[in-house]
Amino acid sequence: MTSLSSDVRAQVVQALHVAVNRPVEIGGNTQIVQDLGLDSLAVMNLILAIEDTFDISIPLNRVAEIVTVDDLVQAVESLI
Amino acid sequence: MSILSKFDQLARTAERLGPADANPLRVTFDRIISSTEGVVNGRNTMLFGTNNYLGLTFDPDAIEASVSAVRRFGTGTTGSRVANGSYSGHRDLELDLAAFFGRKHGMVFSTGYQANLSMLSTLAGHGDYLILDSDSHASIYDGARLGHAEVIRFRHNDPADLRKRLNRIKDAPGSKLVVVEGIYSMLGDSSPLAEIAAIKREMGAYLLVDEAHSMGVLGAQGRGLAEQAGVEADVDFIVGTFSKSLGSVGGFCVSDMDGFDILRLACRPYVFTASLPPAVIASTQQSLRRLRDDASLRTRLRDNANQLYDGLRALGFHVGPQASPIVSVEVDNADLAVRFWNALLQGGLYVNLALPPATPTSKPLLRTSISAAHTPRQIDAAISLFAQVGVEMGVVSASQMRVPLVA
Repeated sequence: MTSLSSDVRAQVVQALHVAVNRPVEIGGNTQIVQDLGLDSLAVMNLILAIEDTFDISIPLNRVAEIVTVDDLVQAVESLI
Repeated sequence: MSILSKFDQLARTAERLGPADANPLRVTFDRIISSTEGVVNGRNTMLFGTNNYLGLTFDPDAIEASVSAVRRFGTGTTGSRVANGSYSGHRDLELDLAAFFGRKHGMVFSTGYQANLSMLSTLAGHGDYLILDSDSHASIYDGARLGHAEVIRFRHNDPADLRKRLNRIKDAPGSKLVVVEGIYSMLGDSSPLAEIAAIKREMGAYLLVDEAHSMGVLGAQGRGLAEQAGVEADVDFIVGTFSKSLGSVGGFCVSDMDGFDILRLACRPYVFTASLPPAVIASTQQSLRRLRDDASLRTRLRDNANQLYDGLRALGFHVGPQASPIVSVEVDNADLAVRFWNALLQGGLYVNLALPPATPTSKPLLRTSISAAHTPRQIDAAISLFAQVGVEMGVVSASQMRVPLVA
């Protein structure tokens, strides 16, 4: 489980780096909108990309509850 | 801190767009002269941002029908159709719409927004899935939020992406409702509906098409994108509005689905709101007849759309992917867009300004909508003004314009 979790985290963080597209520190408590400055379009593309990476669907009502990187990792883990 | 403090950022953004008489969000028309002309800040202004595709807001027969109805039935219904009863006009308009679309059932709502709010929130319930194109109108997103279905988005106009997302939920027991639009309101592009319909059939999903901007615009008979694409049999629900090609206000849904009428008791935005006033019903019925019987309106609309789209594109403006009655020009940033918009207004041309996040990309849009009632001369004047302002502001360069010697 630990290796799965760290693998999910690494891929989520990788997708976030692609979305932000500038050098930035990303940790578990990083807030995706507030700290990384992603607008709604960037968030949508991030979610679509993560859905494709893990072959899952993250329903919009779940997306609305995601604030931090940890939240996003947990959402992905609950769906794979 | 007050209860409104959470809107401080939004308020600052709105204020930056300029003082009241030059703020795109606060435009007031002192007078409306015709379906294509009005008076703004005391100045005669050409209207190129009304969604009045067929120009029927001043149709003499529609006006007479409204006047007659208000005399016979009064100014309003003062209640909900379920709680306070329908007028014969509501029923007749529903029959007219069903007949026009060749469907068994029709249902009229007080706005187009409420039509989507109703259908999206009610058709898909707990355990069902709504699969939305990512560029969907706010009324579709809000309908999804009001309901209890799982909401999934697919990449805009990407059938392969839709298939992938439907495939992920193929073993889930709930119903799946795919939602697309006939013409998307920001860029004027259409859904690849034949491919979407094929996927819907293959995957056993339902399909709802919002023809708000395409009714009276697309299809030989004006029934919209489903007619044009030849897939009406695959479209389970058509939603539309009266506030564009029909020149009034209100919304509708038509369908062949058995048991459709139960939605009258299940759709909360239908049950708990006042029904459309008789004057609106009457002009809508008349305009629907005109839309049905006068194909020349669509021919003129298409010619006008091509004239504006080709003209702006030849000037070097960045327009949408296809000619349609919605022609949008993308500019680099909001400050430039606001200055451009103001220069057009001062030159006597009203268009819409669309800012992110309402736009599909992170760029603002100067959005125009064309009407069958515009004259070629008005369209030429609009294109010339775009050229003049565009060069002044460095959006296009005079040397790059591909203007034909003979127009």
